[in-house]
Amino acid sequence: MAARNPGQEFDATWLEGVSINLPAVKRRAESLAAKRTVKKQWQAAWLLKAVTCIDLTTLAGDDTVTNVERLCYKAKYPIRQDLMKAIKMHDKDITTGAVCVYASRVADCVRALKKVGGSHIPIASVATGFPTGQVPLKTRLEEIRLAVDDGASEIDIVINRAYALSGNWKGVYDEVRLMREACGEAHMKTILATGELGSMTNVYKASLVCMMAGADFIKTSTGKEGVNATIPVALVMVRAIREYYHKTGYKVGFKPAGGIRSAKDACLWLALMKEELGDEWLQPHLFRIGASSLLTDIERQIFHFVTGRYAAAHELPMA
Amino acid sequence: MAATQPSQKDPNSIAEIFKKMDYGPAPEADNVVQAWLQDHKRSFGHFIDNKWVIPEGRKTYETKNPSTGEVLASTIQGEKADVDLAVASACKAYETWSKTPGHVRARHLYSIARHVQKHMRLFSVLESMDNGKPFRETRDADIPTVVRHFYHHAGWAQLMDMEMRGWKSVGVVGGIVPWNFPLMLLTWKVAPALAMGNTVVLKPATYTRLSALLLAEVCAEAGLPPGVFNVVTGNGAFGSLLACHPDVDKVAFTGSTQVGQTLRRVLAGTGKKLSLELGGKSPVVVFESSDLDSAVEGIVDAIWFNQGQVCSAGSKLLVQEPVMEELVNKLKERLTHFRVGNSLQKNIDMGALVDQSQYRTVVEYVEEARREGAEVYQPSGVPQVGCFYPPTLITNVQTVSRVVQEEIFGPVLVVLPFRTAKEAIALANNTNYGLGGSVWTEKISLALEMALNIKAGTVWVNCHNMFDAAAGFGGYKESGYGRDGGKEGLFEYTRPAWEERARPEVGDIDYKTFGATLAARPTITNNSSTDITTDGVTLPSIDRTYKMYYGGAQKRPDAPYARPVMGPNGKVLAHVGEGNRKDIRNAVEVAHKAAPGWGKRAAHNRAQIVYYMAENLELRRQEVAQRICSMTGQKLEAGLQEVDLAIQRLFHWGAYCDKYGGTVQETTLYGCTVKIHEPVGVIGIACPDEYPLLGFVSLFAPAVIRGNCIVILPSEKYPLSALDLYQVFDTSDLPGGVVNIITGDRDHLTKYLTEHQDIQSVWYFGSAEGSKFVEYTSAVNVKRTWVNYGLSRNWADREQGQGEEFLYHAIQCKNIWIPMGDIFAN
Repeated sequence: MAARNPGQEFDATWLEGVSINLPAVKRRAESLAAKRTVKKQWQAAWLLKAVTCIDLTTLAGDDTVTNVERLCYKAKYPIRQDLMKAIKMHDKDITTGAVCVYASRVADCVRALKKVGGSHIPIASVATGFPTGQVPLKTRLEEIRLAVDDGASEIDIVINRAYALSGNWKGVYDEVRLMREACGEAHMKTILATGELGSMTNVYKASLVCMMAGADFIKTSTGKEGVNATIPVALVMVRAIREYYHKTGYKVGFKPAGGIRSAKDACLWLALMKEELGDEWLQPHLFRIGASSLLTDIERQIFHFVTGRYAAAHELPMA
Repeated sequence: MAATQPSQKDPNSIAEIFKKMDYGPAPEADNVVQAWLQDHKRSFGHFIDNKWVIPEGRKTYETKNPSTGEVLASTIQGEKADVDLAVASACKAYETWSKTPGHVRARHLYSIARHVQKHMRLFSVLESMDNGKPFRETRDADIPTVVRHFYHHAGWAQLMDMEMRGWKSVGVVGGIVPWNFPLMLLTWKVAPALAMGNTVVLKPATYTRLSALLLAEVCAEAGLPPGVFNVVTGNGAFGSLLACHPDVDKVAFTGSTQVGQTLRRVLAGTGKKLSLELGGKSPVVVFESSDLDSAVEGIVDAIWFNQGQVCSAGSKLLVQEPVMEELVNKLKERLTHFRVGNSLQKNIDMGALVDQSQYRTVVEYVEEARREGAEVYQPSGVPQVGCFYPPTLITNVQTVSRVVQEEIFGPVLVVLPFRTAKEAIALANNTNYGLGGSVWTEKISLALEMALNIKAGTVWVNCHNMFDAAAGFGGYKESGYGRDGGKEGLFEYTRPAWEERARPEVGDIDYKTFGATLAARPTITNNSSTDITTDGVTLPSIDRTYKMYYGGAQKRPDAPYARPVMGPNGKVLAHVGEGNRKDIRNAVEVAHKAAPGWGKRAAHNRAQIVYYMAENLELRRQEVAQRICSMTGQKLEAGLQEVDLAIQRLFHWGAYCDKYGGTVQETTLYGCTVKIHEPVGVIGIACPDEYPLLGFVSLFAPAVIRGNCIVILPSEKYPLSALDLYQVFDTSDLPGGVVNIITGDRDHLTKYLTEHQDIQSVWYFGSAEGSKFVEYTSAVNVKRTWVNYGLSRNWADREQGQGEEFLYHAIQCKNIWIPMGDIFAN
């Protein structure tokens, strides 16, 4: 596996002249969706790959140990074992890429995953005043440390939109740099909250700034903004990842989150990664999908692939 | 280890695919097409009068799927009798169809649109199989565009009475279309033709006949009356038979420049309308101020859409020096995941070329470039079986290379650097073609200036190859004339309501000798002497030998010959210069010098000049009228009336200076599609003999007010009125070089005007022979023409003397596509 992105000094010249043409990006997004598809066993295999890239997520005010434990078990056994046997994938230890919860629920995850024999599944915690980030920096940094202490190996932070919107990219960089330090060994996913950045040009700049600050992943959104993971936004972000790779030689991961619900969408997202960044970005160390209901739809498709029938909801174990 | 289990060695097992993550096959089923072919026993004839017609004894042509080589069906090679049958059927149908109310025609076109939609999948799969282009493209581009065209033109049929007042249908249209967008391009002809009340006989291209035949069948199903739309199949010579059939009134052609030129020649002097949509070598201009990643995708759309077999393919990439290397690297990287394969596969970017012969042409071009030392980049992974050619990027070439100059009509892109916007314009326009072009920059001021300066019928800003029924598509220069789509396209299928089609009877003309020699030297006797008496002393009047007028000054003819102008009494009234090819050359030169400035001059300013002309002409009303009468022998009253009409006409065209600039087109684009009525360039005009003043004014004014510069030949017989006008021009602030008057022998001078490669259009009002000569000779550089076939018109009549047709000839349409959008969230 490639070396972790160490980040680098803030270089404002990278942001000069960045200008993204949204209509052209949208056209590419459409043509990409129209020109790639997978069918039959290819579709089944791709869907399983998508499963391994899911950050199976619950981020609600009413999360308790009950539903978090259920989520962790589902993360370990994402697809019904009889279906996995039927396609001869039961012995491949297919799990989701991670579970993703609030910092307060990290400890619950540690216990649950231990019980189910899934301690190797990473626990991702959102932090830094998720979803808005509108809390003092000191608190935000402390939240990271607490989550890591509780056992989170991945931290999803949010960037400071107030700085981004006022053009204070150095301010964004400095904060994210501190957050990266606070993460220590834990991998950092930086949420751009693209739906609150106003323009694709800002999305691209925010992507570069976060990578300069040492992001392991850049992530579209919290799932709480008005516009979340869309293909045009993704194109702009992965192009930034490509530029960063060309400039520094470091590979940064990508995580779309919010609004990805169908199995068909999952294949499209994989195709996007394959086309724009290459096959290496199809693996969980460089690609994650933040989702909750997506897994259910994938399981339904696998059910259909195996049985030729459409499943009733009650036939699949809920997360 | 999993690999020890035999079942898991299977590369198509889920476990293996899970590791490799390849796409696998995703074919579109061809069952609907196979069933349709089977219904017809895989054998097709012509479709005439709503019936299948399979005459005895015809040769056949087997149409193949270029992705696989599989024979799809057998079609026939038509002969003359088949053209006669189809045209007779179309003629008969025209009698009722042309009188069918617009509303009823609209219902028919609407019904066709609905029926094509109903059979969308059949059309899409068939087109993909017959042509080799990706099914994704026929499904998402070709066929939706077809449907959109029928809907859009159903609307024009409905509105013809209102929107096309003063125009009427033409008659029988012969459509000849190419193989690159078989159904789409035929629809671009058929929809406007039917909407305007014409009937059609269509000949599809040899390689791709099936979708046209299917459409004919579907139109019959949709209830289109028999004979309104007929399809006949055959080779190129058969196409000429169709075009030359005396009862075909209009030929609409899309295809190569070479065939277009041939058609122009064979139809010269026949009185048939002709529109040509020909080849291209369209530039894609990428500035450092562009979104380069988006430009890369735009370039993919520009050159690798439909395997580059697109007349408007962006095949010449011009890149600003600072980003040249970066863009080329990005393109190469893009091609590493560019997929070429069977057209029915749904995860390909490019399909097969249409035929082996096309393949060989492309190979030849690329190999020649290689031999010249060009760098050729092609990704690997193109299927070995089938007619597949890889996407190709050629760098290290210059303007002198054939691959840079000529249309390759394949997936081959040449790349050249430029330094400044000015240089980019020069490189973009350094071509005989002018069909399309795109500009990539985030600077709107630069984008629009580029769009206006690229000489092409369509310019796309930050996109390429967008088409819509509401925006006309067509070329400048050797890319042809006429437009497909938009209101501008309707004029190709209509003629002025007052006008009947000319059917001149002209024998063969020797094009080499026509107009080549001048009449004998001027007379030296027979002058009508005019004396004047002042204070009781009689003096001979001062001799008046008129000079020519070009570059804003009076000029002596190149050869110092004078030509007598005779009065009605047979006496010489005055002498004018006898112009020759050098005078034409000089005049064209100064006209081009003046053209950029005149075109850019504010419309208001042009209007003021024309009104000022009217004012100054009125001051000389009496004198100018007398001059007319001295030449024609008319009564003074008639002369005065002609002067008054000329003044009115100047007002008419003065008014149009700032009222015909173009429109916003209502295309499907989110953004703005703007049609600009650009000047044609330098127009050569030969005036009629009738109405020596009014005829001249009626022709020069519409040309000049729309920003053209002209070289104009006044009435050969009565040139003095036009020469009177140069004093009016001088006193009206008309810039030098805008109007250039050369006197002399009409046909002699017309020859040199028409043969001049830098004249963009010729308007000729003279003999039927001269008309034929002009049309024939114009083929060399595909210049536009407007000729009278030897028929006179009543210049005093408003319809005939100042109708919309004058504007049609005075402008060329450019559509600029400007997508918008930056807002995507909060």
